[in-house]
Amino acid sequence: MGERSLIFDTTVRLVFDAAVVLSLFMLFAGHNQPGGGFVGGLVGAAAMSLRYLAGGLDELRSLLPVRPWTLLSIGLLLAAGTAATSVVTGGPMLEHAAWGAEVVALGHVSVTSALVFDTGVYLVVVGLMTTVLEALGDEVDR
Amino acid sequence: MSVLLAVPIIAPLLGAATSIGLGKSRRAQRLVGMSVLGLVLVDSAFLVWRVDTSGVLVAHAGRWRAPVGIAFVADRLSAVVLLTSALTLLAVLAFAIGEPGTEDRHVGFHPTYLILTAGVSFALLPGDLFNLFVAFEVMLMASYVLLTMGGRADQVRSGMTYVVVSLVASSLFLLALALIYAATGTVNMADLSEKIADLPPGLGRGLAVLLVVVFGIKAAVFPLFFWLPDSYPTAAAPVTAVFAGLLTKIGVYAILRTQTVVFTGDLRPGGLLLVVAAFTMVVGVLGAVAQTDMRRLLSFHIVSQIGYMIMGIGLFSVAGIAGTILFVVHQIVVKASLFLVAGLIQVRAATDRLDRLGGLAGVESVVAALFALAALSLAGVPPLSGFVGKLALVQAGAEGGAWMVVAVSLAVSLLTLFSMSKIWSAAFWGEPSEPLAPRASRVSDRRWYLMLAATAALVAASLVVSLAAGPLHRYSTRAAADLLDGSDYVGAVLR
Repeated sequence: MGERSLIFDTTVRLVFDAAVVLSLFMLFAGHNQPGGGFVGGLVGAAAMSLRYLAGGLDELRSLLPVRPWTLLSIGLLLAAGTAATSVVTGGPMLEHAAWGAEVVALGHVSVTSALVFDTGVYLVVVGLMTTVLEALGDEVDR
Repeated sequence: MSVLLAVPIIAPLLGAATSIGLGKSRRAQRLVGMSVLGLVLVDSAFLVWRVDTSGVLVAHAGRWRAPVGIAFVADRLSAVVLLTSALTLLAVLAFAIGEPGTEDRHVGFHPTYLILTAGVSFALLPGDLFNLFVAFEVMLMASYVLLTMGGRADQVRSGMTYVVVSLVASSLFLLALALIYAATGTVNMADLSEKIADLPPGLGRGLAVLLVVVFGIKAAVFPLFFWLPDSYPTAAAPVTAVFAGLLTKIGVYAILRTQTVVFTGDLRPGGLLLVVAAFTMVVGVLGAVAQTDMRRLLSFHIVSQIGYMIMGIGLFSVAGIAGTILFVVHQIVVKASLFLVAGLIQVRAATDRLDRLGGLAGVESVVAALFALAALSLAGVPPLSGFVGKLALVQAGAEGGAWMVVAVSLAVSLLTLFSMSKIWSAAFWGEPSEPLAPRASRVSDRRWYLMLAATAALVAASLVVSLAAGPLHRYSTRAAADLLDGSDYVGAVLR
């Protein structure tokens, strides 16, 4: 790891939170508008990569509460699990359910099981990208 | 009933997710892997029974009906290939658990293997071309990882060839999809079979040939096979076995599926396929005769045998396609078992070079017996399973008047027998160049017998294919009639 660049460090610090918020926004907006778990996950993973470029693997590890492959595993479980749930209840695979409720201050909020699926995809993408950084980045750092 | 269609894809994915989480305990990973594959095997057996008794089974994902939504379709062809694949995947996983090496050392083996399983099932079941593309990608991603799992320099080098060739094939596939979509406005295969017939015939034929090229690369037909003998032999033994048994046959399956259901009548490139078939057989077997490593030699035979399958498709008759289906079932099992025998020899003698091996028949007579059964079956010696498949193909060729390709296929059988006897006399007879170390110094008894049992199970499965040749041939004939007619399939998907 060479010298840390002040300009890059500061920019990353400014951009990182906004990128994570954007990625989460895309995850939630994706049901009826452009976005979704995959695109959101890519933006999230790009934010992670920025932190990695600025501070190396140590900084990347400090960001995540768990190891990257745990994310991968949870994401795949969520996604495949949602696909399986509708089969268990007797429908075709990937059939989704929707619930709606009036929430104070937010108005009508609707939640679909597709959101769980998308969250799974999001976690798979972020998990995979961070696993790649973890596996291949080791050598580059030294 | 959509459970039957969902299990082969979703169960391996859930298994892979669990397996990643269980990374610390190899024993738990093994339990998950074996039980998931066992489940898929039982499921696909039910699927075969179900589609044979009550017709094509369709599940529309998320209740979005085809051609707008994604349909998963099982007919007689996909069900029987799925059953054979599941059996092979299960036996090879048992072998991998026994083999000292890859599976022990890599935490990622089980998850990747399960993803590969999901990809294989996914490739057999989609009702539209785009999901076929996605399935191929899933399968390829997993195979890239498995191929280079040892991390040796030669693996990375040949993995590179494999990745580049696969990427080229995938780009061509995408291009073909774009053209098909632009011309017809759909990628659903049932829908296409009606809409392609309305296109100008030249365009239809062009699209058919483009898809033959795309899947021809995956299936390793002449002249697009060069990547295969280069990349397969460097992988670990169980990985090579499952690649050799399954992946190219999935390419053949895709050719068979698209050229029958999607393209109808005189759009089908019959003559082209027959010529390709003859060249594939001859070039593959001649390549094999020149090899001195057991696994490289067997890899060339993969190519050669693909020719027989293409020959059956090229005839476009019920008998020809029935022969191809029978032959695919036989090949998946026999090819995988031959590579498992090669794996056994590699473990036992620490080499698979024919000039260093020798005298194995006296030391490991069970291995010799397993090899003999599988090799004779590959060459097509009666009454083994290869004979059944080849007989069906040769009869179909004679009925169709394709004498040239029939003659070629018979000559190639002889050369196959010759190169199998070359392995036999070099590895099992004679004296080794250096005396064989005792088995206990290479591998523990428990592991050895597990590997042996897995190989024996596959060889036994090939014997079942020849014993049940009558019912199986009738089943294949029904499957072939469905494919060439296509109305059941189209009706079931679009109804």
